[in-house]
Amino acid sequence: MADASAPYRVTGETGEWEVVIGLEVHAQITATASKLFSGAATEFGAEPNTQVSLVDAAMPGMLPVPNKECIRQAVRTGMALDAVINKSSRFDRKNYFYADLPQGYQISQLYHPLVGEGEVEVLLDEKDETSGKTIGIERIHVEQDAGKLMHDQHPTMSYVDLNRCGVALMEIVSRPDMRSPAEAGAYLRKLRAILRYVGSCDGNMEEGSMRADVNVSVRKIGGELGTRTETKNVNSVRFVMAVVEHEAKRQVEVLEGGGVIVQETRLYDPDKGVTRSLRSKEDAHDYRYFPDPDLLPLELDDAFLDECKASLPELPDAKRKRYEALGITPYNASVLTAEVETARYFDLLLDSGVEPKAAANWTASELFGALNRIGKTIEDSPVSPAQAAELLKLVGDGTISGSLAKQVFEIMLETGEGAASIVESRGLEQTSDTGAIDAAVDQVLTANADKVAEYKGGKVALFGFFVGHVMKAMAGKANPGVVNERLRAKLD
Amino acid sequence: MSELTSKTIAELRDGFRGGEFSAREIAEAYNAAVAAAKLLNAYTVETPDEALAAADIADQARLAGNPLSLSGIPLGIKDLFATIGVDTTAGSHILQGFKPTYESTVTTNLRKAGAGMLGKLNMDEFAMGSSNETSTYGPVISPWRRQGSNVGLTPGGSSGGSAAAVSALIAPGATGTDTGGSIRQPAAFAGICGIKPTYGRCSRWGIVSFASSLDQAGPMARTVRDCAILLEAMAGFDAKDSTSLDLPVPRWEANLSSDLKGKCVGIPREYRIDSVPAEINALWDQGIEWLKDAGATPVEISLPHTKYALPTYYIIAPAEASSNLARYDGVRYGLREDGVKTLDDMYAATRAAGFGAEVKRRIMIGTYVLSAGFYDAYFTKAQRVRALIKQDFAKAFEACDVILTPTAPSAAFGIGETTDPLAMYLNDVFAVPASLAGLPAMSVPGGLDGQGLPLGLHLIGNEFDEQIVLNAGLAIEERAGFTVRPEKWW
Repeated sequence: MADASAPYRVTGETGEWEVVIGLEVHAQITATASKLFSGAATEFGAEPNTQVSLVDAAMPGMLPVPNKECIRQAVRTGMALDAVINKSSRFDRKNYFYADLPQGYQISQLYHPLVGEGEVEVLLDEKDETSGKTIGIERIHVEQDAGKLMHDQHPTMSYVDLNRCGVALMEIVSRPDMRSPAEAGAYLRKLRAILRYVGSCDGNMEEGSMRADVNVSVRKIGGELGTRTETKNVNSVRFVMAVVEHEAKRQVEVLEGGGVIVQETRLYDPDKGVTRSLRSKEDAHDYRYFPDPDLLPLELDDAFLDECKASLPELPDAKRKRYEALGITPYNASVLTAEVETARYFDLLLDSGVEPKAAANWTASELFGALNRIGKTIEDSPVSPAQAAELLKLVGDGTISGSLAKQVFEIMLETGEGAASIVESRGLEQTSDTGAIDAAVDQVLTANADKVAEYKGGKVALFGFFVGHVMKAMAGKANPGVVNERLRAKLD
Repeated sequence: MSELTSKTIAELRDGFRGGEFSAREIAEAYNAAVAAAKLLNAYTVETPDEALAAADIADQARLAGNPLSLSGIPLGIKDLFATIGVDTTAGSHILQGFKPTYESTVTTNLRKAGAGMLGKLNMDEFAMGSSNETSTYGPVISPWRRQGSNVGLTPGGSSGGSAAAVSALIAPGATGTDTGGSIRQPAAFAGICGIKPTYGRCSRWGIVSFASSLDQAGPMARTVRDCAILLEAMAGFDAKDSTSLDLPVPRWEANLSSDLKGKCVGIPREYRIDSVPAEINALWDQGIEWLKDAGATPVEISLPHTKYALPTYYIIAPAEASSNLARYDGVRYGLREDGVKTLDDMYAATRAAGFGAEVKRRIMIGTYVLSAGFYDAYFTKAQRVRALIKQDFAKAFEACDVILTPTAPSAAFGIGETTDPLAMYLNDVFAVPASLAGLPAMSVPGGLDGQGLPLGLHLIGNEFDEQIVLNAGLAIEERAGFTVRPEKWW
């Protein structure tokens, strides 16, 4: 087992327990602005009941018509997860009464989902390539979202907002392959990254376009699977990890106290950091699933699937491997591919012909550090990939030194000016003029005769001290290679 | 103007185009006839102004030299079709007062063809019934009576208002819907023609759903030709209905022909049921003779799964209905029973007050057959049997072009006479198999029974082949010479 090096265990009074986790992630298909079965728009934060068609409100005689773009996005997502795409699938009705569900049923896919088995590779430690683990995907099906009830608008009545009603969701069901909060977090982050690469879902958990139902059970090491609970609608990676941690501890306490875990639905309270029971299996609805007779089976032809496949971008794992093949460290490759926007920036940088390793180091340290400091995302970076390439090339061809590059970058951030023009206007070109460098070397050696003696006495580590002082004397503009060479000539 | 109301749609159309009478005269004649026939309880809403407005447009179109296919023809519209701004209630208390902001595709097509609307026609609640007795507006009374009796008879159902209106000359034609015989059985009871086309021919958009995989709209009129004219206007692909057939609408009227030379008529042996009155089987035999006379060759065929059709239908249709009717919950439109504490209580009170007994029965049957533990035994098995019934027909149509059977196992019965729901369900025993198979089927009047009540003959065609159904219907119509109309008592 890949994670056997440090398995996550809950320690109870009777010993250690293993946690088994599966996630059902609901991801809104945000790639299209219209709903799954109606032409209505799906703008987030719109005034209540302004994004509702006659179909969404389930007026008498209204019929659903599948939105082909939603299907296309779900298929592309499935392909990105290496999953089986079912050329024939079907929509089913999940029947229950609630005021946010106008039809009295949700159109979903129980029996014949659009997407079958797939998998996601996660790295538990970005610095450790051997920390990888494969999380199985059981299926992805496409379904409608419900509306929402507002209980704070009137003292005795609840209001209904149907804006979200009929919005297209992908339900991505994992296998119970995760064994720790960290694995659940890594899986969710990776899944989110893939969806964002594909473009099917914006992954915005705060706005609810992605949320997870967290299935947790515990067992004695190597024992039978325990009874699971399902904590619904958890809307951040951090909360998912907290739910796993809390729920595992709670279950161990219940079991060790002689109790039993009941299969139930729970809700997470982020303020108190606890989960509480919503309903038990006994209260569970009988959803009376059956094929939706308003919709024909969904049949996908090869041309459609080929187009979906061809439209897929390079995905995080492939990109990471490509970066590594360019000599970029696994850590940097991992960091640069974790978010689609970063990868997009870095690819543009690479396209301009910079040296990959240096560009990766610069992006992961200088650029990230600066963006962090000024509170901007990479999409709003004041320094564009083309400008960054200009800077890196000046370092690469020896025009400026690495330390000068930092100064130039600061000026670029502040002024938006190009690197070459900054270097030129401020006279920052690096010099390889041996006359000037020799003069500086002589001056430094003379002024530090005692250190020279120590060096010659065997304290070779002082070499860096001399380099630093020469560079300082040259105001940072000396070519470090030449400085090294001249110093060695004089000292050794 | 009473002679205008006795004309067929084809006659009205031709007379109007030829300038014999105006569309306004037609509309006025019908408006007057409708207003004078309240005893029949056929209309739930009368819309004389809509009929007149369409007539005036038709008259202008004629003067401009470009009348449309149905210009000048006012029609009755079954209350299941959404009509913009006009009460659309599916015969149910739960939808009373509901005025849609939209118009069904079928009635839009009719309006686009120039037709006007006389009003909305009474029907069994949510199209669930075979006698029109389940309507919240009370039963439609058939214009027909048994000889020497003034017992009120049912016009059949669920399109009972449509059948009664066409038969009583208070509409030249009407829309119906057929889920398991709801066009054909009332057409037979009322001595008129009615065709259910291939599933998907007419868009279901804007028609209140009963059982989505079975519901089909179709016309009801006095002649086969009139049915062809109306169906041509009603049918057509609609992107708003996923189950709509993406096929061009054939020119059924232009291709009408009662010459059946070279055609084979299938006579299914399983439809010969002993409990059916002898005069119905006798009419069936007569029908075979008429089709032979038209040049067709009768062949005996077998539809072995026929006996399972009715039970299969009474699993699938209620299952779909139980889900389709969930939207009537008192939250957004229609009836709401307030004064209760919780949302669940509101649902219960609203649906208890809003639905009638038959609708509740079917919702309960449907809920039961879909519930955990029963789904496979009932719903899955019913779906399998449905596939076998389709197969039966596919095989039969390798040996014949059209199938002839009786439409219903009895003539019209008295209001209140059939109280056992299962006995009521038997009305559709001959109609339901074609519904399950999605095939076009039509009822054409064949004659009268011993009590002077109409009996229908039933023609079933292969999918997409409405033409052979209409043509065989025409052959029967020409030979049956069924011209008798109910004597006016209302």
